Amino acid sequence: MINVIIIALRNLFRNTRRTLLTSSLISFGVILVVVFGGLAISFKSQMVGVLTNTAMGDLQIHKKGYVESIDNLPLNLTLTGSELASVETVLNNNPEIESYSPRIKFGAMISNYAQTSNIRLNAVYPEKENRTLPGFVKRIKGNIPDPDRFVKPGEILIPENLMNGLSLKAGDDIVLVATNKEGSVNAITLRIAAETEAIFGPSGKDGSIHIDDAITLLRMDQLEVVEIAIHLQQFDNLNAVSSSLKTTLGSNQSPFEVHTWEQLSPFASITRIVDLLIIVVKFILMTIVLVSILNIMTMSVYERISEIGTIAAMGTPPRKILTLFLVEGFAMGLLSTIVGIVIGLGALWIMNMTKINFTFGTMDVSLAPSIPVSEIIWVAVTVMFVSLFAGFQPSYKASKMEPVDALGHV
Amino acid sequence: MSLIELENITKVYHAGEISVNALKGISLKIEKKSFVSFIGPSGSGKSTLLNLIGILDKPTNGKMIVNGTDVRTLDRTAAARFRGKTIGFVFQNFNLIPVLTVYENIEYPLLMLEHLHSNERRKRVLRLLEKVGMTDQRDKYPNQISGGQKQRVAVARALVTNPQIVLADEPTANLDHATAFKIITIMHEMTSDIGTTFIFSTHDSKIVGEAEVIHTLEDGAIVKTDTRKVHDR
Repeated sequence: MINVIIIALRNLFRNTRRTLLTSSLISFGVILVVVFGGLAISFKSQMVGVLTNTAMGDLQIHKKGYVESIDNLPLNLTLTGSELASVETVLNNNPEIESYSPRIKFGAMISNYAQTSNIRLNAVYPEKENRTLPGFVKRIKGNIPDPDRFVKPGEILIPENLMNGLSLKAGDDIVLVATNKEGSVNAITLRIAAETEAIFGPSGKDGSIHIDDAITLLRMDQLEVVEIAIHLQQFDNLNAVSSSLKTTLGSNQSPFEVHTWEQLSPFASITRIVDLLIIVVKFILMTIVLVSILNIMTMSVYERISEIGTIAAMGTPPRKILTLFLVEGFAMGLLSTIVGIVIGLGALWIMNMTKINFTFGTMDVSLAPSIPVSEIIWVAVTVMFVSLFAGFQPSYKASKMEPVDALGHV
Repeated sequence: MSLIELENITKVYHAGEISVNALKGISLKIEKKSFVSFIGPSGSGKSTLLNLIGILDKPTNGKMIVNGTDVRTLDRTAAARFRGKTIGFVFQNFNLIPVLTVYENIEYPLLMLEHLHSNERRKRVLRLLEKVGMTDQRDKYPNQISGGQKQRVAVARALVTNPQIVLADEPTANLDHATAFKIITIMHEMTSDIGTTFIFSTHDSKIVGEAEVIHTLEDGAIVKTDTRKVHDR
């Protein structure tokens, strides 16, 4: 077999210019997949990471029916103290769950005593929120000495667009006015602890307060939470943990519903578009390889009909002739893939070193692209397989030639 | 038993509605270690007959035994293996593989057909290179040597698997007379040294004189057979 490989490699470089041109085309396709794949996958994972680590968590648990009316931030669909306790028992006993954070989400009016605006509020226990959403504190402007106490009772974090709109600054007092689930209106005065990036909530107007203040503002007799955000030990186990929790907590008789971040965020559709684009680029690669190898191997067989007759006359069995040409096509695919992967990874490495900075919505993103090993293996295996597939027809034709006809070919 | 036995062999080619009888009932026997030529004008059936003996093609009718095997029963793969073991070929246009050196061209059949140790392969190739006088050209490519040298390489390649039979279709047609004579001389020497049966076709009457058995073909039939002792050189 080694002899067949050596001869096939020599045959490949008979027409060096043609081989190099075709290889370049295939390598270009591989580079395209590696670089685009690296950028797209990194963009996707970074954005998903931002969403799950700073705002949503990996999973969320609500009272059944809450998600259907989530835009209204209803306060009548809350988890009571006993319900919260039963959920916490389940979560505490699940080793896949790293942490969770109970939250009260509601809408309120914010006033600086001169102007008033709307604000959506996320009331949390800061230490639990920090463990569940470790990226959140990075979105707070200014120095946060203790991330587990990023907001204390009596304080509020306000997004920069509201700070600018209401001419507020850290240390100012504001008044929050909110209506509880019984329709009673109440107000509370809070001091602005810091400003956050305007990336939370539908219009970037989500602020944060301590959950104790929310209990006071909403005049709750006992703690009732709207949602529980969950952070997993391994994000890759999302679907398995989600299924497990849905079985335990999300059955038809259960008062709870369990959703993954994908089911809650419109960004999930963007990730699906990114996945689709990656598939399109991979399809283009496969087409390039198929057409290139098929073309060059057809030419190669056509040019060497007389030679095929000679080696067949010398006693080379048809199967060996088939192998000889198959190896030729395969070798071209292999060499092109290696070159493409090396150049593609080199390009990604340079991008990784220099970082790609851009703004996504109102968020500044610094992308350091990389590609998973599984994607590289996919590219290599696909090109190898398509090379063999594309080379099969011309190779089969060569092996089926009658020696006497091939020798007589002019 | 003769090395090759042909009995009432016919070959008909069909081109659309036209049928051409290329061979019309050929019967002959060729003995081991003989030096045989087929002569005749173009279209007389020389090449067709060599193709049949070389199992590159199958007869339309008739019985054909080569080295004790009824070759009509062989499928494509078995025929290829049989050719590889039993028959060597020398072509009019040399048919050397352009990407391989002289040495590699001779070695090629051993690489593709036999599982010899590299030392044994090397020994065989070097011996033949020496016999055909091409040792000093061994690293050259076919486009770097003359036509006569190419044909010497082709003869060595045909012999490298130690075949019982070497078939040469117009082996000297593209060579000048002196070179052609050298090639025939080499082939003759090989017959004596290795014990191979050489069968060739030619137009060249001076070359024909080198054969021990001369079959003359006309219109697909053997019209004359001369058997004689080759003159001393």
